Amino acid sequence: MMLCKLSLKNIKKSIKDYAIYFFTLILGVAIFYVFNALDSQTVMMNVSESTAELIELMMTMLSGVSVFVSFILGFLIIYASRFLMKRRNKEFGVYLTLGMSKRKISLILFFETLFIGIISLLVGIGLGVLLSQVMSLVVANMFEASLTKFAFVFSTSACIKTIIYFSIMYLIVMIFNTISVSKCKLIDLLNGARKVEKVKLKNPYLCIIIFIISCIVLGKAYHMVTVEFLTLQEATDILKPIIMGVVATFLIFWSLSGLILRIVQSLKKYYYKGLNSFTLRQFSSKINTTVFGTTIICLMLFITICLLSACLTIKNSMNANLKALAPVDAMFTVNMNMDKYYDDFRNYGYNDSQIKNSHYTAKEMFQLFNFDITSYFKDYIEVNTYGTPDLTMNHTLGSLLNYVRTNFPFLAFDTKEPIMKISDYNELARFYGIDEYSLNNDEYMIVADFKSIVEIRNLALENNETITLFGHTLKPKYNSCQDGFLEMSSQHINTGIVLVPDNVIDEDYLIQNHLIGNYKTTDREEIINIENNINKLTEYEKANEYLLPSGSTKLAIKEATVGLSAMVTFIGLYLGIIFLISSAAILGLKELSESSDNKERFKMLRKIGTDEGMINKALFRQIAIFFMLPLILALVHSVFGIMFAVKILEVFGTDELLPSIITTAIFIVIIYGGYFLITYSCSKNIIKERY
Amino acid sequence: MENILEVQKIEKYYGSRSSLTKAIDNLSFEVEKGEFVAIMGASGSGKTTLLNCISTIDKVTSGHILVGDVDITKLKGNELNKFRREELGFIFQDFNLLDTLTAYENIALALSIQNVSQSSIEKKIKKVAEELDIKDVLNKYPYQMSGGQKQRVASARAIVTDPKLILADEPTGALDSKSAKMLLEKFNYLDELGATILMVTHDAFTASYARRVIFIKDGKMFKEIRKGEATRKEFFDKIIDVVTLLGGDLNDAL
Repeated sequence: MMLCKLSLKNIKKSIKDYAIYFFTLILGVAIFYVFNALDSQTVMMNVSESTAELIELMMTMLSGVSVFVSFILGFLIIYASRFLMKRRNKEFGVYLTLGMSKRKISLILFFETLFIGIISLLVGIGLGVLLSQVMSLVVANMFEASLTKFAFVFSTSACIKTIIYFSIMYLIVMIFNTISVSKCKLIDLLNGARKVEKVKLKNPYLCIIIFIISCIVLGKAYHMVTVEFLTLQEATDILKPIIMGVVATFLIFWSLSGLILRIVQSLKKYYYKGLNSFTLRQFSSKINTTVFGTTIICLMLFITICLLSACLTIKNSMNANLKALAPVDAMFTVNMNMDKYYDDFRNYGYNDSQIKNSHYTAKEMFQLFNFDITSYFKDYIEVNTYGTPDLTMNHTLGSLLNYVRTNFPFLAFDTKEPIMKISDYNELARFYGIDEYSLNNDEYMIVADFKSIVEIRNLALENNETITLFGHTLKPKYNSCQDGFLEMSSQHINTGIVLVPDNVIDEDYLIQNHLIGNYKTTDREEIINIENNINKLTEYEKANEYLLPSGSTKLAIKEATVGLSAMVTFIGLYLGIIFLISSAAILGLKELSESSDNKERFKMLRKIGTDEGMINKALFRQIAIFFMLPLILALVHSVFGIMFAVKILEVFGTDELLPSIITTAIFIVIIYGGYFLITYSCSKNIIKERY
Repeated sequence: MENILEVQKIEKYYGSRSSLTKAIDNLSFEVEKGEFVAIMGASGSGKTTLLNCISTIDKVTSGHILVGDVDITKLKGNELNKFRREELGFIFQDFNLLDTLTAYENIALALSIQNVSQSSIEKKIKKVAEELDIKDVLNKYPYQMSGGQKQRVASARAIVTDPKLILADEPTGALDSKSAKMLLEKFNYLDELGATILMVTHDAFTASYARRVIFIKDGKMFKEIRKGEATRKEFFDKIIDVVTLLGGDLNDAL
């Protein structure tokens, strides 16, 4: 049991110096528990069935993310314990000279890891349980569920999962420790503490060349994901700029580590001022040995920034979109005249009688099911859309077709363009409260809000391409798509509706009828009731013969939106926090583990009479540069990463980008800045002279 | 002559009331401007404690230490740091050079923390490097230098700020005899240029380069001898006589 006691003492001794490590472990455990216990409070909530399904899907996603998170944390723990061990070489050396066997040293380490593991799990889960009470309020708020009653919840499954995952990580650490103890040599252990720091200077010309090359490569990668965005067609295309970016990041740090010193050294006035030369040397000796680590941290910060701002943008934009893009309560759409394009529709899973019987409007169809939908509506309108194989994108693009086909082969060129009478659309627009338009007899226009399709369509409209519809030749009224939509949605996904003068339309080509209305009631429960009744209609025998109108209701869109936005928010937060604390913890640990070397140096500075203020300033700067360097490059990356994300996310709308970026910044300042300050105060404590 | 250093009846106790150790017991002496004084004593005689008290790294229990007109036992906080960087120059047994800086930068640091301008830093280092014969190693790192070179760089750092008093703690302790001799000759040269040096050593050979040797035993002054007109060899013999008188415990250092 002597070994046991020794390990306990070791932990006690180092707990102050490595507070940051224990703190991170506890935080890691707590966060792991919180996100795996997110659903625990939902049993207390009054949520609809579809929301419950969404929460279940969210939990499945989160547990998938947890596996990834455990890899990150595992890497952090192994990395940290390895260099904490290096710092203790001398201690092990003393044990060995006293005749302790390597097996026993391994045993000491085993006990240490065991104790640290148990303590961090206990404290972490305790903290996690507390945090998850707060979190459950957030979840309830997000799903707009009323908490029937608040109860203190404890998720046994999340707890067990946390314990299993972290036990595996600690077990791996133990194995690693045992291996490295069995490999070490006594002489190295004893001399390890007194190793002389060799200053390797890189060839400055090589550094400059590599720096310039990597800047060019990085610029090219930035260019590829922003300006050349539309040429990225397959998911694998994005790999090229990513790899270029990663390699360039590494090389930039590699060359900078050689260059910074040279550059500042040449600014003699600055270099030989106060402790500047000392600070700079400290920094450059550290960066020299941590190019790889700095690269990883920079990339993790980059991912965190992009992830958080993208996820928050999606969440905020979707909520904002909901108001604009789902302005009324319900819309029911039914396909008409399907028999005209018999073959098309059979492939979509409609049966023969459904196709033959597709000659009723949505309202008539409901009546066939003895359901008077309009009696539930305060007000409603009916509008039609038309379509013909003679008006597809092939036609609307006109002479630009070949150009667009080569550049954007993924577009559905052969799909019928939806066509609406201008009067129908204006009726709809009035009902929705959006812009109305007018057309002359020989004009047409396109309303759309899906940005990248709008850009393509605008090419044709600018070119003044005419279309021929049912024997009429029409020219575009506007040289660009106008804003507008028919289908309610939480996203900007209207790829285009062709509006034409009423007299052009041939009623034979009616393909869809839409019934759009607002309910009399505003009570949520009653609306759920109505919509459940409508859903039940599909169970009628008749549903096999007659195709029921498909509905898209504000409530359903809202629930889906909320579910999706909750999902992205939680995944974003989960990964963001883990990445952030891991990278900050690695930086902090690296700095602290070197403080024993630093202690000697600062002691020497004191002996030659350096002011305490000057020393603190030097220490602060040294740590600040170390923390800032990866962050600065990560910020530059993020500017382009977010520009890329904006393009990907444009269907969600990106008006809410700025507040999301601000939130992300606050988040990073608090966590990363917090770690920086803790590191600084711990370092200050270590180098403080104790009389 | 003007006194640079006056040590007045200082005492230094270690430990608690129950187990008190007197490291320095009522010690007084003076060092005049331009003197080269060695303090000799066996391990545990209190000589390092004395040096630590003079260099303000440690505080005396009672008594006063005057450097110039300033009573340094009354200085506090940053006044101490200011005193240390402006009035004292340090030379340590283990050199205490910063391993990440070149010799030039190590020397420059002592000046830059006094906010000396870059142009005069360059001038002063050039002058001191010539005096101590380290021009060739200025751009080398400590790990690329021999012990003797390192100690001369450390000496350069100590004198470059023109301190009132240079304190040397076993400066030859980590050097081979040839390097030690070379370093001590440099000390004599600095002394001739007017520097005031107080050196702590337990090595009679090293002490024989000083002009005056103060022997301490158990924290008290044991004897004081001056070189006068004697040669270094004769002075060395005189020191050995005192060491023999002091007792066996210093003999191992010969």
